[in-house]
Amino acid sequence: MSEAVLIPHNSTEEWKLPSRGIVGMACLILAEAAIFIIFIVAYIFYIGKSLTGPTPHDVLSLPIFATVCLLSSSLTVHFAVNAVHVGKRTLSSLWLAATVLLGGIFLTTTALEWYHLIYRDGLTIRTNLFGTTFYSLVGLHATHVIVGLILLAFALLFSLRGDLTPKHSERLEVLSLYWHFVDAVWVVVFLVVYVLGR
Amino acid sequence: MATQSPVNAILDETTSSSTHPSALQILHDWLTTADHKKIGLMYIGYALLFLVVGGFQAILMRIQLAIPNNHFVSPQAFNQLFTMHGTTMVFFVGMPVLFGFGNYLIPLMIGARDMAFPRLNAFSFWIAAFGGFLLYFSYLGAPGLSGAGSAPDVGWWAYAPLTARAFSPGHSTDYWTLAILISGIGSIGTAINIVATILCMRCPGMKLSRMPLLVWIYLVMAMMVFVTISPLTAAQIMLLLDRYLGSHFFDTQAGGSAVLWMHFFWVFGHPEVYVLILPTFAFANEIIPVFSRKAVFGYPAMVAATVAIGFISLSVWAHHMFTVGMGPGANTFFVLATMTISVPTGIKIFNWLATIWGGKIHFTSSMKFAIGFLFQFLVAGLTGIMLGSAPFDWQLSNSYFVVAHFHYVLVGAILFMLFSAFYYWYPKMTGRMLSEKLGTWHFWLFVIGFHLTFDLMHIPGILGMPRRIYTYEADRGWMMWNLLISCGAVIQTVATLIFVYNLIWSYFKGPVAGADPWDAWTLEWSTTSPPPSYNFAVIPGVSSRRPLWDLKHPEDPDSNYE
Repeated sequence: MSEAVLIPHNSTEEWKLPSRGIVGMACLILAEAAIFIIFIVAYIFYIGKSLTGPTPHDVLSLPIFATVCLLSSSLTVHFAVNAVHVGKRTLSSLWLAATVLLGGIFLTTTALEWYHLIYRDGLTIRTNLFGTTFYSLVGLHATHVIVGLILLAFALLFSLRGDLTPKHSERLEVLSLYWHFVDAVWVVVFLVVYVLGR
Repeated sequence: MATQSPVNAILDETTSSSTHPSALQILHDWLTTADHKKIGLMYIGYALLFLVVGGFQAILMRIQLAIPNNHFVSPQAFNQLFTMHGTTMVFFVGMPVLFGFGNYLIPLMIGARDMAFPRLNAFSFWIAAFGGFLLYFSYLGAPGLSGAGSAPDVGWWAYAPLTARAFSPGHSTDYWTLAILISGIGSIGTAINIVATILCMRCPGMKLSRMPLLVWIYLVMAMMVFVTISPLTAAQIMLLLDRYLGSHFFDTQAGGSAVLWMHFFWVFGHPEVYVLILPTFAFANEIIPVFSRKAVFGYPAMVAATVAIGFISLSVWAHHMFTVGMGPGANTFFVLATMTISVPTGIKIFNWLATIWGGKIHFTSSMKFAIGFLFQFLVAGLTGIMLGSAPFDWQLSNSYFVVAHFHYVLVGAILFMLFSAFYYWYPKMTGRMLSEKLGTWHFWLFVIGFHLTFDLMHIPGILGMPRRIYTYEADRGWMMWNLLISCGAVIQTVATLIFVYNLIWSYFKGPVAGADPWDAWTLEWSTTSPPPSYNFAVIPGVSSRRPLWDLKHPEDPDSNYE
């Protein structure tokens, strides 16, 4: 029996499998979540263990506006996916633009916060354990925001060129899953760094 | 018996009628391929290359330790040898060879034409391969401008604060960190691919409850990779920040904790052992039934035990840290968790025994290695129970007893089952059978060498010989044991060389295998050996766990019983 054999399959049977894009992204999110968990564990473990100042209580203030912006960008990207799904090009461009804008505001506030921490309060990654864990955790999250923003900016570009059609809605949905994850991580980072840690 | 597919014959003719490709074309073909079978073979070839390198390092260490006060290698070189040996064997032999088999077999076994993301697959392979070469480039590149250090010498677990800039000047530790970080990205990419392939690419009728056990176990293994490799990636990022930006994660002088690194490393390190051994369980689940001529015993129990191992293995890591002083509460928890994991593992062993029981056993080379695996895995598990109890571990932690225990797992179980898998699937991959005569020599020599080395290695451990020493005094009473251990290592080397010779000789001269040399039951045996690049001319459909049994025995198909 050197030739390939054929096993017939009963074509009347319904055979539906999950989308590989969504499964792949879910797996990536699981792996990324594990990375974040390690950084968060390190942050919590080192709360109050810095040998020198400044302490979180001295220098951190609640980034309420940035948080509102980032969390609402989850909504706007969701609306963008819906708009692509039904083929409304202008609407999808608008929602994507809003998402990129909100994400950009979040990044800008983080940048300003870091600028003040470094130049006003003299806190760098070398200063103490707080600086070490703060910049690495918030920086890891900000890196994910930047990656997401680049991808979303490309999606916006495609949408403006009119290349984003309903058949691409699943791809945008995969990207939006990543963005929701980035937002969800921020909720945890916010609670740990700005509420629990302060 | 079989329905011939006309489409297949037409497609085959187009490939065979093409002109003979030049060496450059073949190279281009392999370098740019996104075919899961070629990538799988490259993973396996790359792992075999590093297996030879890692084995060579082991031989150098055994020559050094064979007699007391030996000066065969310097203390510095010895430190580099055990660091490179451990790192190579875990990250650049174990992971790639198992991913290689998974890559090759999973799409064939579930009736798919490729992995879910072929290009991600190629990316993952090449970045993992780059990691391996980066690690070895340290022999050349690590001295750098400062001229300090050569290859990494911090041990494969690289405990803090030895890895700090002050204690590891030069770039050797950076090469170690980056090599592992990069190969970890490749591992996560391949694991994503495996999960997406298994969940989204199954042929019609291949429900989860009908998947071959190999595919099930690879699914669990890939899920574990996400929560195992990622913590290591995070810890390596922290180490890089410490070394390059002056942060203080593991800097004890600034209040940082060296024990935190131990936790982060072993949160990776212990589940990693299960990531490595689960695929060999997967091979056993395919090979033992075929050579016992019986369906596997207790399919649902096997799946449940695999998932249980996956979960429990995440809660046992600190049994590597009993001597750190974690306190009685933590010690008790990790002792109990470690004992618990032997329950699902025991279920597996009993299921394999029950599969063999009453079967018509075919003692091929593959089956011999599988039986060796069963026996030696059991012994490795027993010393695991010993070391898993904290008071015993306090006595023997960091001794050669520990080295003997984990080599019993890694060589006695994992490597034996890998050899078994080579004898079993080599015909599918190349179209030729491996020589059974050479296989028998390989098996018996390897069994003798293995037991000589690793049975006896327990004894100097009990006599107090610590691991990672480059030499010892003659009056310690360890000399005879070490000499015998080194002799066993030589015998294993000879056996491995016979195996490598067999691989090469059989490729050209071995008997032609045909599509289904073992009269097996899973889908990979339904296509030609080696399979065409599209795997299946027509996507098959299945109605039971053993589709080829159904095809060969239409009067009594498995679907009547499942």
